[in-house]
Amino acid sequence: MTEAEVLNALTPVFRDVFDDDDIVLTPETTADDIDGWDSQAHVILIVAAEQRFGVKFRTAELESLRNVGHFAQLISAKLKGR
Amino acid sequence: MEQLLWLPPHSELGAAIGAAKREPDPVARLQEAIRLTGFRRDFTQTARLDRLAAEALADPTSGALAPLGLTPLRVALLASHTVDHLLPAIRVAGLQRRLALSLHVSPYGLYRQALLGEDAALAAFAPQAVVLALDARDAPLQLPLDAAEAEVDAAVRARVDELRLLWRRARERYAAQVIQQTLVPVDPLLFGAFEALVPASPYALTERLNDAIRRAAREEGVLLMDLAWQAAQGAYGNGLADPVRWHQAKQLVGPELAPLYGDHLARILAAGAGLSRKCLVLDLDNTLWGGVIGDDGLEGIKLGQGSPTGEAFLAFQRYAALLARRGIILAVCSKNDLAVAESVFERHPDMALRRSDIAAFVANWEDKAGNLRRIAQLLDIGLDSLVFVDDNPAERDIVRRELPMVAVPELPDDVAEYPARVAAAGYFEAVAFTADDTARARSYAQNAERKAALSQATDMEGYLRGLQMVLTASAIGPTELPRATQLLNKTNQFNLTTRRYAEAEVARIADDPRSVALALRLADKFGDNGLISVVLARPDPALADDELLIDSWLMSCRVLGRQVESAVLEVLAGAAAEAGYRALIGEYRPTARNGMVAEHYPRLGFEPWPAPAGASDEASFWRYELDGWRPAAHFMEVKRT
Repeated sequence: MTEAEVLNALTPVFRDVFDDDDIVLTPETTADDIDGWDSQAHVILIVAAEQRFGVKFRTAELESLRNVGHFAQLISAKLKGR
Repeated sequence: MEQLLWLPPHSELGAAIGAAKREPDPVARLQEAIRLTGFRRDFTQTARLDRLAAEALADPTSGALAPLGLTPLRVALLASHTVDHLLPAIRVAGLQRRLALSLHVSPYGLYRQALLGEDAALAAFAPQAVVLALDARDAPLQLPLDAAEAEVDAAVRARVDELRLLWRRARERYAAQVIQQTLVPVDPLLFGAFEALVPASPYALTERLNDAIRRAAREEGVLLMDLAWQAAQGAYGNGLADPVRWHQAKQLVGPELAPLYGDHLARILAAGAGLSRKCLVLDLDNTLWGGVIGDDGLEGIKLGQGSPTGEAFLAFQRYAALLARRGIILAVCSKNDLAVAESVFERHPDMALRRSDIAAFVANWEDKAGNLRRIAQLLDIGLDSLVFVDDNPAERDIVRRELPMVAVPELPDDVAEYPARVAAAGYFEAVAFTADDTARARSYAQNAERKAALSQATDMEGYLRGLQMVLTASAIGPTELPRATQLLNKTNQFNLTTRRYAEAEVARIADDPRSVALALRLADKFGDNGLISVVLARPDPALADDELLIDSWLMSCRVLGRQVESAVLEVLAGAAAEAGYRALIGEYRPTARNGMVAEHYPRLGFEPWPAPAGASDEASFWRYELDGWRPAAHFMEVKRT
């Protein structure tokens, strides 16, 4: 999956987690852009993405997530590495 | 990890939740949310269901919940690990088990302060249940690895004494039922297989603490959320104590396992509120034995030693028989010829279940939904007390559609896995185990005999006389307290006010010399029915000094239609008059399930009476003058102890 494809596939994950069908993701989307994206929702998002893509994030990776683009990049790299 | 496997899958749960979101009426949304909680759901779907229900649940005291048959309950979670991400799943599991839960979380890690200090928020919340959700990393015992066994024992005792203090505080301050979570072992082994032989090794310490917690809980009337056992049984897979989630967010239970954790907690809360199921209804062909008795005959069906399949069916029968020994009622609901079906119980040498284990045996060619209704009627229990086990997916589906209040577990293809699946569903969660429980199966079988006697007796009066009933009334003391509390908390139909009390609260009322707190037992020529009725009557600030309020009056439906209530009134009125009261004030609070006692007080000769100040709107009040009262007619000998 390319980063763009991952970004596309992340959209329904975000919509489910935040229960909001109007969410549209761009690579620049950050926690500030989405209502309810706090530290607790962040963990839930991580786990939901892990389940959706069948990957596992390392502890250190969790600290460095800057925005959705970076998130997609990381997932895409993990999928390629398999 | 797949979880909640006993719930049937929904082909389009996400879409169904989306559709329900567009429903404008909050109560209708809640109703649809409750329906959808009955399907297998992951953590995001569970959180979305919680949001669907939230608006209507915001005010659990509003009248909106009563018609939906939900019991409101306030639960405080005091935790040493993060639990905020588990709250939606706890509430949703509550809804699935007919509870409207309000949750309060004390700040993370401050559980001692919350109970020992002044916690205004907790006090304002006034919890009815307090969950101490602790974990093995919390406040480790500071012991050197080579500490001697005696030293370890002393440290464990000191820690558990500290817990006892917290439990007592929760009970004294809030009269709350305490639920203690056991400690999930999280430490990697230091010594390998030698670990348990070193008393102060981390893993051994956790085990010892859990052991001591369980023993103390039994002494103190505290319930267990036994996460350590669930973990050992593999219920949570690798999802407990994931080090990444711990370092990231101090989560003991990962978000993905929230639905399972929520259900494990909610089933205990539901059991405390009297909402556990009471009866296991079994299909016969390919459920209790392999094959079809009508086609294969007694010699052709697979059951018992000799074949792996036969052994698997036998193992499921043995599990059902053990459930009966602990007080779960067994029934049979099968499409079969009655005589042919019964013959297996009477004549097959390998049956673990006997015909006498089955309190209601319904085998015919009619539809199963109708037959389940009949079973509930025969046993005088609600349809929502039934669990129906049938290997046939089509039958399961029809029953779920026709009778959504009956629990119908989704079953694995292999009967070898049936016992574990039924156990995992937690339908029969207990909060007590008394001698009466073990006698219950027999008692229901005797009831069947009584019904047969009734159809032979030409008149009701002759039947009642012929039963040779003896009602024994005792003031509720330490002996009666556990069973009386259990009955208060699980009786739904013959229950005038449905007030649920923890043991400590019942004791408080019973110990008040101005109260009349009665436990009543009934025996007859067929056997002892055990403790079957409880009455709590107490003075009330909203009433006159010479009026005694009947706070709670309930009775087991096993003894319905035998005029026990008239004899109980005789005992109650006698005790109240003796204590100097001039009138009894009865209260009826309608619920979705207690319609059968709407006319209880007028039937006994009470007169309508205005509601005292502060009474709830739906309640009706009734007065019974004690000046010159006469015992009503009944047909039993009354003994007072």
